[in-house]
Amino acid sequence: MFFNSLPTNFAALEVGQHLYWQIGNIRLHGQVFLTSWILLGALLVFISLGTKKMENDPKGLQNLLEFLWDYIRDLARTQIGEKVYRDWMPFIGTLFLFVFISNWGGALIPWKLIKLPSGELGAPTADINTTIALALLVSLSYFYAGLSNKGWRYFEYYVHPTPIMLPFKILEDFTKPLSLSFRLFGNILADELVVGVLVFLVPLVLPIPVMFLGLFTSAIQALIFATLAAYYIGEAVEEHH
Amino acid sequence: MLAFDFFGATEGGLFDINATLPLMAIQVVALTYILNSLFFKPVGKVVEKRENFVSNNIIEAKNKLSEVEKLEADLLSQLQSARSEAQKIVSEAENESDKLYKEALELANNEANASKEKARLEIENQTSSARDQLFKQADELSELIVNRLILEK
Repeated sequence: MFFNSLPTNFAALEVGQHLYWQIGNIRLHGQVFLTSWILLGALLVFISLGTKKMENDPKGLQNLLEFLWDYIRDLARTQIGEKVYRDWMPFIGTLFLFVFISNWGGALIPWKLIKLPSGELGAPTADINTTIALALLVSLSYFYAGLSNKGWRYFEYYVHPTPIMLPFKILEDFTKPLSLSFRLFGNILADELVVGVLVFLVPLVLPIPVMFLGLFTSAIQALIFATLAAYYIGEAVEEHH
Repeated sequence: MLAFDFFGATEGGLFDINATLPLMAIQVVALTYILNSLFFKPVGKVVEKRENFVSNNIIEAKNKLSEVEKLEADLLSQLQSARSEAQKIVSEAENESDKLYKEALELANNEANASKEKARLEIENQTSSARDQLFKQADELSELIVNRLILEK
């Protein structure tokens, strides 16, 4: 195909190659798990250091964590509403933190220095499996939020404000996870590819602004993912009158 | 399992969906629980405790302020009423002293008039009695003169 006609060292990009782990007869993308474990380990260490000695007058790391907590609470509260945001704040916050550290970890840490037998390490969110997993969790959550808060009245949402909306609302249940997963996957993969191609073509200076743009996109994508997830949950628990 | 032959990769490809998906979902759910107990709950407890502390203090300060304002208004009204009371007492005392002065003046005037009248009456009496006596003596004297003249002759 197209990529095969390019010089052989372009294979440094290794698009669509995976480090396969075979467990029984299931196959896993090992590089996704490796990077996510490293990043999540770093996140957990960071958080346990920051929450080790909580004080009433916050200092250092605790300050940063409280700022983060406040930011996530504001996000959840504005989208989900005062009544139930507390139940969903950990989920929204986890989505935000996971996507954020995956995106930034993928962009900031020089993974290329670690050679794998096949595939390469990179942002876990640049793998379609991760983003679909996150998007399906969001779908399950908003169904669960709607059903647990309003019971069967949740389905009034589908005929609100008129029954004409029914097919569109059903269609939305499919387009929501699709757009969530592909937006994140596409953005992060595209960022990695653009940086990879630029580094390959012009190894000096020129990729740096694109790398900064990539960091910006990564942060924005994490915010978008968390905000949309919260918005969908908020939409499901909202009372129609 | 879906596996597209994408970008010429012999195995996998960009849209290679396999067991990574459910395992990643489980990992994220587990992460949610871990972060909830390590991060969201403890930090939330501290932040909300502080927020409660601050809002309680603000409410308390507001209550105290309104109490102070009430007390101030109370004192002010008390001061006002005390002032008007004092004014009333002063004016009453002034009226009283004025009345007393007038009464005393009238009394003194009356007394003076009465004693003046009495003195005048006494003077009149004495004058008339003196005049009577004078007339009588004059009569006696004239009688004496007449008698003597008659005797000499």
